[in-house]
Amino acid sequence: MITGTWPLIRLALRRDRIRLPIWLVLLVLIPSVTPPSFAALFPTDAARASYAAGLAANPALVSIQGPIYGTDLGALSAARVLTITAVLVALLSVLTVIRHTRAEEEAGRRELLGATVVGRHAGLAAALTIVVGCDVLVAAGVTAGFVGAGLPFAGSVAAGLALASAGVVFAAVAAVAAQLTESARAATGIGLAALGATYVLRAAGDTGSAPWLSWVSPLGWPALVRPFTGERWWVLALAVAVAVALGAVAFALSARRDLAAGVLPARLGPAAASPALGGPLALAWRLQRGGLLGWTAGFVLAGAAFGGVAQGIEALLESSPDTIELLRQLAGGGDLVDVFLAAEFGILGLLASAFAITATLRLRSEETDGRAEVVLSTAVGRVRWASSHLLVALLGPTLALLGAGVAAGLVRGVAVGDVAGQVPRLVGGALAQVPAVWVLAGLALALFGVLPQWVVGAWGVLVTFLLFGQFGRLLQLPQWVLNLSPFTHLPRTLDGGAIAVAPLLWLLVVAAALVTVGLVGFRRRDVG
Amino acid sequence: MTVAESPIAVSGLTKSFGPTRALDGLDLEVSEGEVHGFLGPNGSGKSTTIRVLLGLLRADGGHTRLLGGDPWRDATTLHRRLAYVPGDVTLWPNLTGGEVIDMLGRMRGGLDRARRAALLERFDLDPRKKGRTYSKGNRQKVALVAALASDVELLLLDEPTSGLDPLMEEVFRSCVAQERRRGRTVLLSSHVLAEVEALCDRVSIIRDGRTVESGSLTDLRHLTRTSITAELASPPAGLDALPGVHDLAVEGSRVRCEVDAEALDGLLRRFTDHGVRSLVCRPPTLEQLFLRHYAQAGPEPAFR
Repeated sequence: MITGTWPLIRLALRRDRIRLPIWLVLLVLIPSVTPPSFAALFPTDAARASYAAGLAANPALVSIQGPIYGTDLGALSAARVLTITAVLVALLSVLTVIRHTRAEEEAGRRELLGATVVGRHAGLAAALTIVVGCDVLVAAGVTAGFVGAGLPFAGSVAAGLALASAGVVFAAVAAVAAQLTESARAATGIGLAALGATYVLRAAGDTGSAPWLSWVSPLGWPALVRPFTGERWWVLALAVAVAVALGAVAFALSARRDLAAGVLPARLGPAAASPALGGPLALAWRLQRGGLLGWTAGFVLAGAAFGGVAQGIEALLESSPDTIELLRQLAGGGDLVDVFLAAEFGILGLLASAFAITATLRLRSEETDGRAEVVLSTAVGRVRWASSHLLVALLGPTLALLGAGVAAGLVRGVAVGDVAGQVPRLVGGALAQVPAVWVLAGLALALFGVLPQWVVGAWGVLVTFLLFGQFGRLLQLPQWVLNLSPFTHLPRTLDGGAIAVAPLLWLLVVAAALVTVGLVGFRRRDVG
Repeated sequence: MTVAESPIAVSGLTKSFGPTRALDGLDLEVSEGEVHGFLGPNGSGKSTTIRVLLGLLRADGGHTRLLGGDPWRDATTLHRRLAYVPGDVTLWPNLTGGEVIDMLGRMRGGLDRARRAALLERFDLDPRKKGRTYSKGNRQKVALVAALASDVELLLLDEPTSGLDPLMEEVFRSCVAQERRRGRTVLLSSHVLAEVEALCDRVSIIRDGRTVESGSLTDLRHLTRTSITAELASPPAGLDALPGVHDLAVEGSRVRCEVDAEALDGLLRRFTDHGVRSLVCRPPTLEQLFLRHYAQAGPEPAFR
């Protein structure tokens, strides 16, 4: 039944030879850089104790990054990275398992292999083997990173294994999900929903009056292993037991179903289109609404988190005069909380630009997949069709930023007792990013219209702007280079800068010019 | 539209993609109300021609008129009057077949509900399935139903039966026959010869981006040779001296040969002189016509 697993593993590793190493490097690096930076940031016992106390007293932070159990460097590092990295490891597990099981079946490639000497369970066995292998590598890497940073060996091993256990559990969850549905998208959706639900469960358990909720959630377990603070090794065994049980369910389901079929019946959709689905804009909305809702929900959560964390920074600062001094030097003059929020909104602006580029480049994928041809063979003109997705690309990120600003304003406003003041202020801070986001959308459209083979260049430009913003001053790049990035020109409404209208207008002019170039170019070129 | 102008009138059409010359002076004339077969091997430029007619590609040179307008400049208005079925249909994975049919119909400016229902029935297509779950043949059916149920004057069908099973090919043929009775003009690109022979009034054969033959099937048959097998009363002599007789094989009193249409009369006269015992006469098939033109072709270009 699992004959042929080894060739399938090699095939999958060949396909993922770039994807998996990038994931693994990130999953090891993110936790491993934390202890040294904490060591530099909180050099004394007193500083660490005050940080730990501030964190423990802040439910918003605990709900995002998990509980803290001690005051030494290991406990601090574990509290900071364990839960969040576990989410990422689990995410890798879900995506990889579905990618090599249900997605292959749906694409019909599994059928091609099924005719050769490949057992019915081989695909599932291969995917699980690869993911478990990755989890072991993450565990080894994180252990090495922590030990290298001078943390105790036992705790480092426990931290590494705790991360791996989350990966293994969610690999098994994804293995079950892959049996349930016919579509890989739906299976990934089930896996991600499980991830989200367990994250929320543990957030409630870690902060509320019902700690048992964290015990129900596999994402609560890595913290409950308590690396560096009296390791509870048996929690790891609990994770392995659950993973084995779920894996057995997955193999049993796989044995009962036909190739390409799901255990859940494929849902049928409507036999006729709703009256609204009659034009390119309705189609663009239909195709992009899922992404738009996802991005907006993520932005609202991020906004709420930033609003909450800002409060934590205040608490932290009150008890740590050294850090206040450090941040003051970095920030120049303004209020430190506002400096922090402005920086976070800047990152949201970059993310919103990524959303805008994705939404704009939908045009290109519709074109190369041959679906644009069908639409453009109807009475829909080229400009009308291109504008439909462009509209989503302009308004979607704006909506997401608005959501982030409102959420941050509400959370912060409740904390400081000034909702009416904070909401408009933070909404303004978030929406100030919009002109730069539109420039990126315009750039993507211009590439699509004039140099369609080079649309990926829009991503290169975004990454360049990101590097300018993060490292430009550090590298002492000349000002005219930094001025190339639209993000350089955004008004710093939160941290004390004057609101200048002229740069905003210029950015809008640039965006409009790029859009015009894109639309004119697209009207004149060949489609397909 | 002026009375005199054909729905499709293309002359000297050229189109290059970089160094590759996809269309090299192509001519195509489709009269109103006819089903016109558009034949050619893979990569001969059939799809490119149709894309130029749809205004998706801009012609490099030549004269192109579609429904009395310029296919590039007047694309949007012209598209209200035509429907297109691509050779390789891709659907939106999360839209159902029924949704795609309705949406494309509305984008064209109207759909006949009764005909939509009838076509779904005839093609045995479940409109509630999502695009990602359809097989290739079923995706093709979605595009066919969307096109055939639209109220349009002209149908551009680019190898529309690829992926359909023989039963559905038959349904497709009867649908096209029905469209012709309705007076619609159809351009049918294909390399299923039986389909073209069954459906088309006239055909154009293209190769390497150029039209090599165009006319009614009767006209074209006239250009080709009839295969003859005869059993004569006595062994004939001097047949090879006759003009227009090819591939002659004489075994005793048995004769096999290919003969040009204009030489048929003379050959039969010679046969009756010897006395005919049996005679099998096969008219030229489109297949032979096709092969005759393609056999001259060098290696086929790789583009479509």
